[in-house]
Amino acid sequence: MSSSREIILQAIRANKPDLLPLPSVYTFESNYPDVLAQYQQTLQMIGGTVEVVPDLAKVAERLQEIYPDLTHIAITIPELAHLADANLAVSDPHELEAIQLAVIPGRYGVAENGAIWVTEQEMQHRALPFITQHLVLVIRAETIVPNMHEAYRRIQVDETGFGTFIAGPSKTADIEQSLVVGAHGARSLVVFIIA
Amino acid sequence: MSPHTLDHAAASEVFNRDEPRVDWHDETLWWVRQKRDRAAMQLPEWEALREAASQIKHHVLSNLDTLLENFERKAQENGITVHWAANAQEHNEIVWSLLHKKGIDRMIKSKSMLTEECHLNDFLRSKGIEVIDTDLGERIVQLRQEPPSHIVLPAIHLKKSDVGDTFHEHLGTEKGATDPQYLTEAARQHLRETFLTRRAALTGVNFAIAETGGFVVCTNEGNADMGAHLAEIHIASMGFEKIIPRADHLGVFLRLLTRSATGQPVTAYSSHFHRPRPGQEMHIVIVDNGRTTQLGRPDFRNSLKCIRCGACMNTCPVYRRSGGHSYHNAVAGPIGSILAPNLDMRKNADLPFASTLCGSCSNVCPVKIDIHDQLYKWRQVLAQEGYVGGIKKTSLQLASKVLASPTLFKLSFNAARTALRIAPWAANNPLNAWSIHRELPDAPKDSFRQWWEKNRK
Repeated sequence: MSSSREIILQAIRANKPDLLPLPSVYTFESNYPDVLAQYQQTLQMIGGTVEVVPDLAKVAERLQEIYPDLTHIAITIPELAHLADANLAVSDPHELEAIQLAVIPGRYGVAENGAIWVTEQEMQHRALPFITQHLVLVIRAETIVPNMHEAYRRIQVDETGFGTFIAGPSKTADIEQSLVVGAHGARSLVVFIIA
Repeated sequence: MSPHTLDHAAASEVFNRDEPRVDWHDETLWWVRQKRDRAAMQLPEWEALREAASQIKHHVLSNLDTLLENFERKAQENGITVHWAANAQEHNEIVWSLLHKKGIDRMIKSKSMLTEECHLNDFLRSKGIEVIDTDLGERIVQLRQEPPSHIVLPAIHLKKSDVGDTFHEHLGTEKGATDPQYLTEAARQHLRETFLTRRAALTGVNFAIAETGGFVVCTNEGNADMGAHLAEIHIASMGFEKIIPRADHLGVFLRLLTRSATGQPVTAYSSHFHRPRPGQEMHIVIVDNGRTTQLGRPDFRNSLKCIRCGACMNTCPVYRRSGGHSYHNAVAGPIGSILAPNLDMRKNADLPFASTLCGSCSNVCPVKIDIHDQLYKWRQVLAQEGYVGGIKKTSLQLASKVLASPTLFKLSFNAARTALRIAPWAANNPLNAWSIHRELPDAPKDSFRQWWEKNRK
């Protein structure tokens, strides 16, 4: 008896239409006059907060101001590690349950939709940006690209086992289309852009 | 249709009994449609993007076997186990056997319309396995023991007071509470506990990449990620048409998907899974369940281009005023009405008629599926196959005889005009379904033909 795999592939071969070519035009340019300004505007629109800072020292200062009494802080940026009190050297991601704030570097920002590409290399634990109550992402201004086509030109999606575009805090509108921020993932997102 | 399922027209009538609620449903979905328009209009290249997406999907359908084989090989190299399921039953059994092997009897699931199509939850429950849906809207309808009424907005048919009552009963929230913030927080607490205690997570697949052997899952809530990254086994179920050739094609689809769905520029999380994390098992179940049959129907195969954004539902004047449940199918609305007859013509023969054929669905579709043309074509097929019964069939047969003969046409319309003048109640009565929400105008004394004969000089 043939396997389902063989049956399915045979049926596809029998039933598929003649080969059609892929389109030659499928990427487009977005010409924003100011990519950084566009990114900031988009992120605010989708519920994130954004601050442009000169360096990581300023990020450290602002973290202490924004989250003065917070504990259970996990940070994957070595220069800011002194502000962390949570241990990420755990093998079971369930142990991250109590994390209140995670501070993670992002690779690229996307001006058209506010998304930031983060891989498991930056997260250390895949669960971290989701299980934390609050999330801070730090990117460099020169890594902000206009749109998703440009982002995919720079990203190699299988470079690590997991990568994600994070665009704003977790949200839902499943109750009467009322937007509520803080569904299952982070309740808030602050993005620091080093420029 | 099972004897207990109302057909679309009958179910719509029930839905329409509460008029303010229908108005609210209609306006809410139209508001989502307007948000889609605003998002689309911000991109000058919108139409070119739709065209690119359409062409990529046409290529996919014409090259499915090669793409799926490439995907399988790369996914296996990535350490993902690939399964193939010819039908819903086999899909469900694969999922069950994976759980059974690990001795797991509780699973969490993020949104997957495929598992709705396969009735996975019912199957697993019959095997003693508890499934908790983690998308807020899906959790709400699950607690109410209802199916989702919309593929993107599963609880769009409910008011916040309904959700408040449901949560009061099942999650112990305050009686009468209707604040969405409060209710969402209650669900967050309840489901967080669930995320932390379940060893298995099932997710859907928005896009699977043949080139790299990975897959993308999009959510706003973060529920797919919360589940998958904490579970020791991650099962992803995909209809085989979710395959795309290359990673850079995601640029096209992610730009279109959420703008079309809710008017957001992108979902909060677009997660790319390529390898299990250390110690984790990752499985993909590739499902046919009638898709190869649909692929073999030249008039209907383009329905397999669908990326499940729901734009056709939000814009549809019939969906907005009849509600998702009236379609008695996992996928409702215009796209559901061209997918469902492929699964079961007898059961779903009513659905292609649940449309005005206005064409709005085809105009908003981000992958340019000719939805309203397919609705029209399904009507022909269903009639030829003998699935259109009763009054519709008899009256259309009569009409075709009358319209084919000038003499019969003249005689019958003269008779009808006379009858309507003498006895208008003969047409405007409850036995004539057409006249329930309409009134015939007064019949003129002369037909156009008679007028022409008198006045042509």
